[in-house]
Amino acid sequence: MNAVPLEHSLILAGMLFTLGLAGVLVRRNLLFILMSLEIMLNATAIVFVAAGAHYGQPDGQIMFLLVLTLAAAEAAIGLALVLQVFRHFRGVDADALSDMQG
Amino acid sequence: MTFYIAAFVALLATVRVITCAVPVHALLYLVVSLLAVAVVFYALGAPFAAMLEVIIYAGAIVVLFVFVVMMLNLGEETVARERGWLAPRYWVGPGLLCAVLLLALLGTFAAGDTAGAGVGMVTPKAVGLALFTRYALVVELASLLLLAALVGAFHVAGLGRFRGPRP
Repeated sequence: MNAVPLEHSLILAGMLFTLGLAGVLVRRNLLFILMSLEIMLNATAIVFVAAGAHYGQPDGQIMFLLVLTLAAAEAAIGLALVLQVFRHFRGVDADALSDMQG
Repeated sequence: MTFYIAAFVALLATVRVITCAVPVHALLYLVVSLLAVAVVFYALGAPFAAMLEVIIYAGAIVVLFVFVVMMLNLGEETVARERGWLAPRYWVGPGLLCAVLLLALLGTFAAGDTAGAGVGMVTPKAVGLALFTRYALVVELASLLLLAALVGAFHVAGLGRFRGPRP
């Protein structure tokens, strides 16, 4: 059907996932870490949709819906945690959290 | 062709997301990246996923991020900084990338090979049929997950418990 081979979609997803992973590992700002997590989830969503399109089945897009739900839930909880961290530490530096006891 | 242009834009915007110093600029590039992925979905023959990507990812989730960035930036000097952010050099990058996406999409329409006409396209109808017959349990699970996230976010953020910053 598509002129795009499945491999190319997978390569794109892999590169995006790697970029997100690099963001999580390199950045120390909690907001950027959350954004990178969104990028990684987005990359997995590309894999699901591409596979669904490759086989011509709707199942891929249904899994995409689940990934979307998960991303929304993760963003909501994560940002609430960021707000709490900002209140307690006056900053959103991930390294500041190593001072937490217990 | 649309796929490759959109994929390139997505990669470029994502690189800028993880290298930006200011969260708001990174958010601009994140929006571009998500829109590019939406175009990728469209090129793959999944228009329903593309719509959801724009509405929920680029719409709801990024707006959530913007709200939190605004809440974290309370202060006097932020107003002056805000004025500085309106300078063209901050939004010209995302704007150019968006223009490339738009051109790719318009090119697809002009060439007449709308992904919708393809044989292997997964229509929204097929997705809906599968979602509410075979995967009805998935809908329930997703709603439960969202409810849990709602309750959890409300509890964790605890906006009613603390008045003002802690000493």
